[in-house]
Amino acid sequence: MLELRHVYTRYGKVECLKGITVTVQKGEMVALLGANGAGKTTALKAISGLIHPVAGEILFHGKPISSLRPEEVVRLGISHVPEGRKIFHRLSVLENLELGAFLRRDRSGIQKDLEEIFQIFPILKKRLKQKGGTLSGGEQQMLAIGRGLMAGPSLLLLDEPSLGLAPILVTTIFKMIEAVKAKGKTILLVEQNARMALKTADRAYVMETGQMVLEGSAEQVRKNPAVQEAYLGGSG
Amino acid sequence: MSLFIQQLLNGLTIGMVYALIALGYTMVYGVIQLINFAHGDVFMVGAYLALTLIWAFAAVVTGAPFWVVLTALLLFGMAGCAVLGALIERVAYKPLRASPRLAALITSIGVSFFLQNAVMLIYGSKDQSVPEIIPHVRFEFHGVSFSLTQCVIFLTSIALMVFLTWFIQKTKLGKAMRACAENFEAANLMGISADRIIRVTFVMGSALAAVAGGLFGVYYGSINFHDGYLAGLKAFTAAVFGGIGSIPGAMVGGVLLGVLEGLGAAYLSSEWKDVFAFVILIAILLFKPSGILGENLPEKV
Repeated sequence: MLELRHVYTRYGKVECLKGITVTVQKGEMVALLGANGAGKTTALKAISGLIHPVAGEILFHGKPISSLRPEEVVRLGISHVPEGRKIFHRLSVLENLELGAFLRRDRSGIQKDLEEIFQIFPILKKRLKQKGGTLSGGEQQMLAIGRGLMAGPSLLLLDEPSLGLAPILVTTIFKMIEAVKAKGKTILLVEQNARMALKTADRAYVMETGQMVLEGSAEQVRKNPAVQEAYLGGSG
Repeated sequence: MSLFIQQLLNGLTIGMVYALIALGYTMVYGVIQLINFAHGDVFMVGAYLALTLIWAFAAVVTGAPFWVVLTALLLFGMAGCAVLGALIERVAYKPLRASPRLAALITSIGVSFFLQNAVMLIYGSKDQSVPEIIPHVRFEFHGVSFSLTQCVIFLTSIALMVFLTWFIQKTKLGKAMRACAENFEAANLMGISADRIIRVTFVMGSALAAVAGGLFGVYYGSINFHDGYLAGLKAFTAAVFGGIGSIPGAMVGGVLLGVLEGLGAAYLSSEWKDVFAFVILIAILLFKPSGILGENLPEKV
């Protein structure tokens, strides 16, 4: 479904991605792991068109998308839930969700997706009229994911959904992400919380300073000694 | 007492004009954090476009009812200034989107000079008198008089402000504008095109300024190519007064500024009228830089 082939990016003179290759199959949940600054967020931004690679190809359903603008990428069915949630604080929860569906015209489809989102994140329904900024961190993350789903994507890019949340909430959020996957969404997940990510994902990639150093099924990656040492605290 | 009420009404009238211009400043600032100093001159161009249409009408038809002429001149001004606003954004500001804010700010001053001189070359540097198109009807009440022209300014401005509020609050595009004002990147990820929203913002702000220009010309009966300078500065003051970036703030700020000016002119000295506006600007910047309705937001990081 999604394929990154030897993608290079650059911020000024700094190379961020040094030729990464990633594939995501339909219906899969793929985790992209790595330390801070490894280039995980950059990879997602390259997919969603916020930055453009200087070399390499990004294919979605076999068609190149690396030169498209973000709104064109959204239209193709890729929705990016950014790091730090970036919900609109001064807009109501409902308005946030409506903007997620900005490019859509199918009223009935939008309504159906909204109902589905309320099933997965019931708290959002209670908060509809509240301003986004008044939500708690966990609720904001749910809103961010819900807003991303409102675009009706087939592929969802999630950037650090567990960032800054209490451990109990992290578990909740991951359960919700599993529920999203059960609705038939393909997910590419960027996470620093490798333990949680490897529990939920089907496959995983590990990045270090802009390069892929490891890939495999979640099981294989979890059992890898280097991963155990660096990301899982050695205990497994 | 009647002097007070009279000045209050006069102040409210000119305050409406300030508010219409201030909306353009505040909308543009809200979305791209640019103080568009050319905005006052767009207002001035709007006044000249209106005048041009009055001339055209006088040459072609006689005896058209005043509201037909009025509607036509406002629509003509709005259309012309909307195009001008979009053009200015495209030519002058868009290439500077990634540059420091100061570059765009200085450019806006350049655009301001350009517009003033272009109008001066086309229409001349002398004051142009605007023919009276609204019948000279006055409503008298206990020594307070209110003209039909003032009435028209009131109704038109209020209608536009109600429309704008509805647009920003309820329509998809309005919500997208608010989203962009908060966070461009996140809005982009929703499929909202920043270019389009910025263009719409300039178009709407310029169209509002055009209406203000048309009404201003009709009210004072005379316009000049540098009228945009002072009116623009005052509307900018009104926008800061109300809280720059806040749409209700621009409306309240404009009306309050007009009233304070009117009362100041009556009770202190009319020669010091313009001074009040800038005393207010300085006081607001010193004591409450976020304005009356502005939010105290920390600087974006």
